[in-house]
Amino acid sequence: MTDSPRLSPAYLMPGTGSFADFLAQQAPDLLPGSRTLPPGSAADFAPHATTIVAATFNDGVVMAGDRRATMGNIIAQRDIEKVFPADEYSCVGIAGSAGLAVEIVRLFQTELEHYEKIEGNTLSMDGKANRLATLVRGNLGMAMQGLAVVPLFAGYDLAARTGRIFSYDVTGGRYEETAFHAVGSGSLFARGSLKKLYRDDLDADECVTAAVQALYDAADDDSATGGPDLTRRIFPVVQVVTADGGTRLSDERVAEIADRVIGGRMTRPDGPAASLI
Amino acid sequence: MSMPFYVSPDQLMKDRSDYARKGISRGRPVVAIQYADGVLFTTENPSQALYKISEIYDRIAFAAVGRYNEFENLRIAGVRLADMRGYAYDRSDVTGRGLANAYAQTLGTIFSSGGEKPYEVEVFVAEIGDEAAADQLYRLTYDGQVVEERGYAAMGGSAETITTYLAEHWTEQMTLSAAVQLAAAAAGRNDAGEKAIEIGNLEVAVLDRTRSQPRKFRRLRGDVLTALMG
Repeated sequence: MTDSPRLSPAYLMPGTGSFADFLAQQAPDLLPGSRTLPPGSAADFAPHATTIVAATFNDGVVMAGDRRATMGNIIAQRDIEKVFPADEYSCVGIAGSAGLAVEIVRLFQTELEHYEKIEGNTLSMDGKANRLATLVRGNLGMAMQGLAVVPLFAGYDLAARTGRIFSYDVTGGRYEETAFHAVGSGSLFARGSLKKLYRDDLDADECVTAAVQALYDAADDDSATGGPDLTRRIFPVVQVVTADGGTRLSDERVAEIADRVIGGRMTRPDGPAASLI
Repeated sequence: MSMPFYVSPDQLMKDRSDYARKGISRGRPVVAIQYADGVLFTTENPSQALYKISEIYDRIAFAAVGRYNEFENLRIAGVRLADMRGYAYDRSDVTGRGLANAYAQTLGTIFSSGGEKPYEVEVFVAEIGDEAAADQLYRLTYDGQVVEERGYAAMGGSAETITTYLAEHWTEQMTLSAAVQLAAAAAGRNDAGEKAIEIGNLEVAVLDRTRSQPRKFRRLRGDVLTALMG
């Protein structure tokens, strides 16, 4: 940080369009990955964020996340938000160590906006996905001590005119997913659920419904994933990204869809039945 | 050994001012207008890629005249400063005043230091608030002076002629289309007379508080601009 009133020469130097690179030169202590921890596992010290699902539909992509953060057997927060807009045409969801994950998301958001302002055009969808991979890779040391961050990235590719989904591993491996994907502790159940519910002719509303169903199934079988909280009216955070940009679905709209899902589960607790063949 | 000539500080500063002024007055003017929903910038710029008006942060914009490489450096520094502040603290802690201050100190130090040539630039920094009364428009000159403008301002070649024209025609709470038309007419004036600037050569951008996204900066071009020009 500059505290002298005059801009330091580093600010005036032509060079990188990457905010993370600039941060590394000017204020490395603000970089999430630059800290070293004493040996041992830190996994139990910090809240963990859990399940995120994403699915594409004709006009774009939907991402939804449950609202629970856990610390061992304790529910650390029941209304945490884990799905964020990354820029106008993409969003990012996080599973893993909540504090670090939120910090990486903030850096990623700033990174995309910074590049756009400096260079005058937005990064390509693959460019964005690669930048996120680099940020996740920077956290590898922490991940090995139990503070892993595993994001799920989705957005509308303006060049390819389609919704796209990318998943990551803790080493920064980046994998493009087709149709749908889930990350976090409840992801196995969510993915199983989406396998049976997903069709490629879903519209936006149906796609959101499928995502909410998948989160319900994840919460059904995974204690770390929060189901719909009917008494407090806490429902998943849902982002919908299309060619017109990304929007967060209003709480009322998500509540409506969640109420319909719950209504269906009242008669069939395991959710809609898929045909056998 | 030859003795250097004595040059009085007055003369030295005057020479540096003249040098900077000459460079600035060669540039095409930039016009800034406060209208009902924010602040509008307009200039004549045949290039579709090298902008003179740009976004700095959510509610802050930048416009400049003069040497491209110099104001481009200032713009990039401004974006870095704003993003750094916003990341280290919070988005709401990034202010136009802070940015104008940093620019003023930088330009002032460069102007009065013997080692560097003065920057041949003038800069607008604008920030919009929740209502028109809270909007701010700063004009910074090559020597680090800051002037807070109200309503309208112009800088670059023929700035005085344009300011006189704006003073006659500007009113409070203008609509966007009235503001665009006034700004375009003003930008086409110079000491020799007036000319109509082709729409394709106009660079127009606004900070628009009615935009639903947190980032209020928007470029007006193509069909949108044609419609506003009426």
